[in-house]
Amino acid sequence: MSEKIKDYRGEALKSADFKEGRVPTEKCRPKAKFAWSAGIAIGRFLEELKKGKIIASTCSKCGRIMVPPRIYCENCFKPTDGWKYVKDTGTINTYSVSYLAADASRLKEPILVAIIDLDGASKNMGLIHKLGEVDKDEIKFGMKVKAVWKPKEERVGAITDIKYFKPIKEATP
Amino acid sequence: MFGKKRVAIVGAGLTLFRRRLKETGKELSYEASKMALDAAGMELRDMQSVVLGTAPDAFDGVHMKGEYLADGAGAYRKPYTRVFVGGGTGVFTPLAGWWHVASGQFDSCLVVAEEKMSSCYPHPQYAFTTIFDPILERPLGMNLIWIFALEMHRYMHKHGIKKEDIARVSVKNKGNALDHPCAQLGAKITVEDVLNSEVMAWPVQRLDVSPTSDGGAALVLVSEDVAKEITDDPVWIDGAGWCIDSTLWTNRDLYYPDYVECAARMAYKMAGIKNPPKEIDLAEPYDPFDYKELHHMEGLLLCKKGEAPKLTAEGVTQRDGDLPINPSGGLLGVGNPIAAAGLMKVCEIFWQLRGEAGKRQIPGDPRTGLAQAWGDLMQYGSVIVLRR
Repeated sequence: MSEKIKDYRGEALKSADFKEGRVPTEKCRPKAKFAWSAGIAIGRFLEELKKGKIIASTCSKCGRIMVPPRIYCENCFKPTDGWKYVKDTGTINTYSVSYLAADASRLKEPILVAIIDLDGASKNMGLIHKLGEVDKDEIKFGMKVKAVWKPKEERVGAITDIKYFKPIKEATP
Repeated sequence: MFGKKRVAIVGAGLTLFRRRLKETGKELSYEASKMALDAAGMELRDMQSVVLGTAPDAFDGVHMKGEYLADGAGAYRKPYTRVFVGGGTGVFTPLAGWWHVASGQFDSCLVVAEEKMSSCYPHPQYAFTTIFDPILERPLGMNLIWIFALEMHRYMHKHGIKKEDIARVSVKNKGNALDHPCAQLGAKITVEDVLNSEVMAWPVQRLDVSPTSDGGAALVLVSEDVAKEITDDPVWIDGAGWCIDSTLWTNRDLYYPDYVECAARMAYKMAGIKNPPKEIDLAEPYDPFDYKELHHMEGLLLCKKGEAPKLTAEGVTQRDGDLPINPSGGLLGVGNPIAAAGLMKVCEIFWQLRGEAGKRQIPGDPRTGLAQAWGDLMQYGSVIVLRR
């Protein structure tokens, strides 16, 4: 605010002013719903998840193996020209221990969430997913993890066909 | 460049920033616009064009927000554009205003930014969940804070940065905001307060985060010819830059915002800036989270990668330091009505360069300042360089 301006506008309200009807308000919950086509590239990706496999698309110009797959390379702006399975194992690139649900309500048991660099994909081709079968204090950067799949009959072709990723136990001598 | 005209800012306006304001979005747009026009000594009839910035329609539940807000923003029966680039909107809006005038098409442009997040209840957070990919991300129950937590953690890991190194930003900005008459969350807090605040999504804690807010901001832009007629004290838009990365945000290394660097280089090239830390006297980088100020100082080439926490610890970024950063109090202190928050930063640089910032005025004789905003799925940078 400029020191030349003395009167700045705005009248603050408290949430109780809303809840207790001290100011006129109107409420509405829109009834719009959405159904999305997964599209060509992600459609294939989901079909492969149903089979328990993770598929990437490849660009022969820049050589990238891309997850999630796409039908065009945004870098070379040309069609991708191959499909390639990558492994369902990878490395934790970064992670968080979240006490927040989607609506910002608080959780007692945290959600463990990570970006996982999948083995066989190009550098920085991370996938976001949850972690499981691990204590929050045991998670480490660079930790090797593996997908835990839903049983075959329960898979529907969705990102949640992978339940979560769990640490790969190093063989102890 | 052919025909590009120099563009001046000649007036700025700002409303209070609060969690919930009684005024509607239109009313906030009006108050900010009128204040900016009055400050410039101009009337709405002097404005040949209007540009408005406001963030997701989902906050208001009005899916033509640009049109809805138009008359409050002074656009009634005028050439009018609404722009939206997520959190980057507040600094992108004056960039759009700049090209309206720089192109020679108009001699004046009223630039307005508004955000009213409180209409979405119980918490605007839920509207944010609709920014995520519907197929691959939303089924995981995404929360907006997650992505910042993942980015912050990656940044900390890459450079070995500790939480207390980052918390100092929150302490500084909330402290600076005590001197800002519009501020929502000015406070005297300590690093320990930040470290002891509620863990939301580790490493993000309550006091690492800016609030949700309602508010409005506005600027009056004019061509050089008009500026010379009406003021002895114009502030020039000498650098403009903007850049976007992909929404595939898990497909880049989050430790460094390359797209912010790209936007900064574009603005520096236009402004003829070769050595940003030496040539820029103060900056208002986007700080919706405390680590973002550091992340953006690095992306803006104001210091080396990983060096921003050290400069902060040494006091370089205080108002009386060598490179004052967010003297306004930033989003952490003044508040974060998204588009209006970005434009508030440009207002602050304008007032600082004119020596009108009162208790917030940085010492010396600042000639060159920068404001930057950032947004969408951690993919957008907008940069403006102002000179007196």
